[in-house]
Amino acid sequence: MKTLNKAYIIGAGETKYGELWEKSLRELAVEAGLKAVENAGIFSKEIEVLYGSNSLAGTINGQENIGSLISDFSGIAENNIPAIRIEASTASGGAAVRQAYLAVKSGEYDVVMVGGVEKMTDIYGSEIIDLTSSVLDREWEAFLGATPAALAAMSARKYMKDFNVPKEALAMVSVNDHLNASKNSHAQYRNKITLEQALNATPVAEPLNLMDCSPVSDGAAAVIVASEKYVKKNGIEGVEILSSAASQDYLAVHSRKSIYRLDSTVLAAREALGKAKLKLDNISFSEIHDSYSIYGLMELEDLGFAEKGKAKDLVYDEIKLNGRIPVNPSGGLKAKGNPFGATGVGQFVEAYTQLKGKAGERQVKSPVNALLHNMGGTGSTSVVHILGGVA
Amino acid sequence: MGELSRFWRESEHRYRLMGTKCGNCNVTYFPPRDICPKCHRESIGKMKPVQLQGKGEIISFTIVHDSPPRFIRQRPYFMALIKLDEGPTITGQIVDCDADEVDIGKRVRTVFRKIAEEGKSGIIEYGYKFIIDQ
Ligand SMILES: [Zn+2]
Repeated sequence: MKTLNKAYIIGAGETKYGELWEKSLRELAVEAGLKAVENAGIFSKEIEVLYGSNSLAGTINGQENIGSLISDFSGIAENNIPAIRIEASTASGGAAVRQAYLAVKSGEYDVVMVGGVEKMTDIYGSEIIDLTSSVLDREWEAFLGATPAALAAMSARKYMKDFNVPKEALAMVSVNDHLNASKNSHAQYRNKITLEQALNATPVAEPLNLMDCSPVSDGAAAVIVASEKYVKKNGIEGVEILSSAASQDYLAVHSRKSIYRLDSTVLAAREALGKAKLKLDNISFSEIHDSYSIYGLMELEDLGFAEKGKAKDLVYDEIKLNGRIPVNPSGGLKAKGNPFGATGVGQFVEAYTQLKGKAGERQVKSPVNALLHNMGGTGSTSVVHILGGVA
Repeated sequence: MGELSRFWRESEHRYRLMGTKCGNCNVTYFPPRDICPKCHRESIGKMKPVQLQGKGEIISFTIVHDSPPRFIRQRPYFMALIKLDEGPTITGQIVDCDADEVDIGKRVRTVFRKIAEEGKSGIIEYGYKFIIDQ
């Protein structure tokens, strides 16, 4: 395939993730956006198009038209640039960066901003479970009492039985996330947890408990994507987006070929690695969408790091920050947090920081390439990006 | 709110467990589909309504403790993925059973029950649940 333009991340910024009672949807978006602009060292008037990524503001905050909201309160309303919201459930962030990548690759734009935001704590109590269940098939899953956690739990139970995987292996995914998050000042949970604590938390949907499930989070993340032309002209050291792939599967788990193989992830990973002409051996670290601990195991397999049922051999040592295949140096969805529309963009913030060698205490040793995996719903959408070496 | 019309629209299929069968490849689907994902345009006009017997086998299950408001009075409750004898897999609750009766591979059959009560409107929603098929 002919490569028209290369696309680079030239700046990134994010808010802290967590229960940020004092901050509104728009304040979060603006904070992350301004950090990214400042980090890139560009002027906001240079931004030619803005993609806002968000999943649930329409129901949680009663606010749609997120593109305009971000554009307006970032102070660029009078630039009159296109500002569009990208929605792909919990994969909105990855999908939005992918749009920015395509916009630059096409040659149409040189500087694109992506801002992901979610403000989930505006809803109290169990109502949030109903709203997050809108990422499922409302009529044939959620209506009958299924929740995202329940569906992950059913994948987990069958997986554990068929491959003789102990619950400990699932818990280790969360233990790793918390350990890495303890070194990330933006993370929602910075406490380390023991295997014992992970195994004995309050049940949510058996066999999954509170420590298997990503939390309800507020947060925003933003990146600036620029063309090769812009990067060269301005002497900027960006991080190249080597490839981008997205794939789709049936919306409901009950319609899929397997309840513990994520075909959208298998396909997106294969395509992204192929387009980047890289193998998993070339990946220095990964950020994966482990919204539930079981997905951490399934994704390691479906991305190609292990045969089906064998990810249990990776989660005790290999995925650690200093292990063979570091996974979620940011703290992942369990501990950094999972503000739906921001989550996928936040993975780019982490990768950019890591590849620039600026991750401090949680710095992966001499990273060259990163794999980012962002997933929508229970696996209906997967978006995979490969980022590579400093330009 | 669109709640009422949305659920009335699907109620016949929920009440009677009506699926569709592709006249081209003979695969049975539930929930019902207008297009067969295997045959695409070859299936247009050939998707026939089919009555499912509601019998099948538990593929996997969970006990839900954290639920949306509509289900709070039923907690904790069993949710399961059930492979119906006609082929499709379906998501539903398992009721009227002891915890040790539910397991992967157990046979179940549908019953018609109250699914939930909408807090604000007071509307009672009905549909299928499953019981252990002794
Ligand atoms: Zn067919």
